[in-house]
Amino acid sequence: MKRLLTIVVLAALFAAMSFAQLNITGAGATFPYPMYSKWFDEYHKLNSNIQINYQSIGSGGGINQVTEGTVDFGGSDAILTPEQIKAFQTKRMTNVLAFPTVLGADVPIYNIPGVTAELNFTQDALAGIFLGKITKWNDMAIASANAGVKLPAGDIIVVHRGDPSGTSFIWTDYLAKVSPEWKTKVGAGAAVNWPVGLAGKGNEGVSGQVKQTPNTIGYVELIFARQNKMTFGKVRNKSGAFVKADLAGVSAAAVGATMADDFHAGSSGSQPSITDAPGKTAYPISSFTWLLVPEEIKDKQKAKVITDFLKWMLGPGQKMTEALDFAQLPAPVVAKELKAVAKVH
Amino acid sequence: MASAPASLEVSAGRSLGSRVHAGDAVAYSITLISAGSILLVTVMLVYFLWTGSELTRHKFGFEFIVTQVWDPVVEQYGALPFIFGTVVTAGLALLISVPLGVGAAIFLAELAPRRLSSSMTFLIELLAAVPSVIYGLLGIFLLVPVMRTYLVPALKAVLGSLPIFSGPFYGPSILSASVVLSIMIVPFIVSVSREVLLVVPTDQREASLALGATTWETTWKVVVPYARRGIFGSIFLALARALGETMAVTMVIGNTPKLQSSLLAPGHTIAALIASEFAEATSATYLQALTEMGLVLFALTIILNGLAQLLLLTTGSRVKA
Repeated sequence: MKRLLTIVVLAALFAAMSFAQLNITGAGATFPYPMYSKWFDEYHKLNSNIQINYQSIGSGGGINQVTEGTVDFGGSDAILTPEQIKAFQTKRMTNVLAFPTVLGADVPIYNIPGVTAELNFTQDALAGIFLGKITKWNDMAIASANAGVKLPAGDIIVVHRGDPSGTSFIWTDYLAKVSPEWKTKVGAGAAVNWPVGLAGKGNEGVSGQVKQTPNTIGYVELIFARQNKMTFGKVRNKSGAFVKADLAGVSAAAVGATMADDFHAGSSGSQPSITDAPGKTAYPISSFTWLLVPEEIKDKQKAKVITDFLKWMLGPGQKMTEALDFAQLPAPVVAKELKAVAKVH
Repeated sequence: MASAPASLEVSAGRSLGSRVHAGDAVAYSITLISAGSILLVTVMLVYFLWTGSELTRHKFGFEFIVTQVWDPVVEQYGALPFIFGTVVTAGLALLISVPLGVGAAIFLAELAPRRLSSSMTFLIELLAAVPSVIYGLLGIFLLVPVMRTYLVPALKAVLGSLPIFSGPFYGPSILSASVVLSIMIVPFIVSVSREVLLVVPTDQREASLALGATTWETTWKVVVPYARRGIFGSIFLALARALGETMAVTMVIGNTPKLQSSLLAPGHTIAALIASEFAEATSATYLQALTEMGLVLFALTIILNGLAQLLLLTTGSRVKA
């Protein structure tokens, strides 16, 4: 009788375990959220016992929460700073790996009364405008790249993000690369001390202020601009070509990225910045976005699910990107990443 | 014989007294706990803000309040432009909304026909319940364009020589934020002030009218002074809401932490800063600087409310004299 009871209890426990839903939680960057939720949904359809939840609370929050261990993985558009990596290592006693998932880009948007053309922006023009040195729309630095467009003499009003964001990080990272003055005076970061301009909250805040205010220029994510059918400018890349941001151009910017093999988060080549990338068709204000995963995960069942998901994301997952307006990872990056995924244990 | 009723009285009194005492004790402790919970929340709030900002309080000290640079890249944090923006927008909002709100309350409580008064009051209470983000949208899509095309050019034509109306007007600005705030807080002033005016005893009015005062003289010289404390209370409530408003302000103020003399220039407030930067603040210093901003806002609210109370006391003594 006692034995029978034991067997029944054990059997019940076993059944409960095998049917139990495994919940994995993540939090972080907002920009890849549509892609991630699609992936997690599709992955749940394939593996009905696995449920991955992702809260799009922003890159900063994602880094903080994965460091604190309140989520299983983080999401970030920003490159982790040495302090953040150190904080992670002391709290979690392991390394943090950064796996690129998709690519994003920033585009310049503007509202100039009477101008409907797609404007060309040189590196100097963008840096000059955002530094507050180019103050009129008919300045030679802008006009010389836009022959045939009648630009007014109005004062340029700059609109930037007021909340710290990966979008601002990409934008300022680009400006710091093309303008030594920007690099020393302002620098790159999710939030910086902007020399000029108004600030809006979120992509919708920036685009709203640009739409509402004449003679403005701002920047938003490519996906946001495409989905809202906004007109945006072309940007001159390192090779001298004016490129209008599209998925192919963004992927082209990532082709030349040199990735370190260890995939440890941080700026030492594992989280390469691909702004101002070489290549004729490369769009210069592009970036990876990353999933942040601890190298050693205590719960081995979770570790297996996360590695399985990452492998799936790099295979079938990448095929789903373009339907949602995200640029997919170039093949060499995927190949390298597949090897590194095995490190998660 | 004479002592019997006396002892009866005493015993009856005692039993009645003890019954009341037992109920009193229960009510006393329940209300004490309720009041104590408020104190507890306040203490917890201060404790959290104080310990949460230890790093920046030690690092920047008093400099934090008087410096102007807010630069997360080099971890330099100064609160002055935000304090300035908070005080100016709240002050300007009160300047616009107090005459409007008190005027409306007087009309609704004293002068308007009852039916009009009750339907208007319903509308005002409805406005008080509208979420602030809706007021922000109203600001962006209606108020700012109207101000840009009509109000500000007119203002500049008349008062353009004053430094507070100098410089270009882009739309999002301290003035826009103040106007949106004033629209948001008027319902509070009207609603509370009206209630207070309504409970002024009728004999006060009758006495005044009997002395030969007109309706307006009665209202302005008797009813309003009688309700003064309550009206001030409504203004404190409005001030607190204006100081702490985040969403509507951040949508129309331009979020630019610079000290500028012109009301037409963009600015920033403490509450708007915390709301827009907290979620993405990555480094420990950054987070702590934002928490310290919360502490500053808390202190600012106490100081401004204290000053307002002082104003109430001094004007009160003058009326008496």
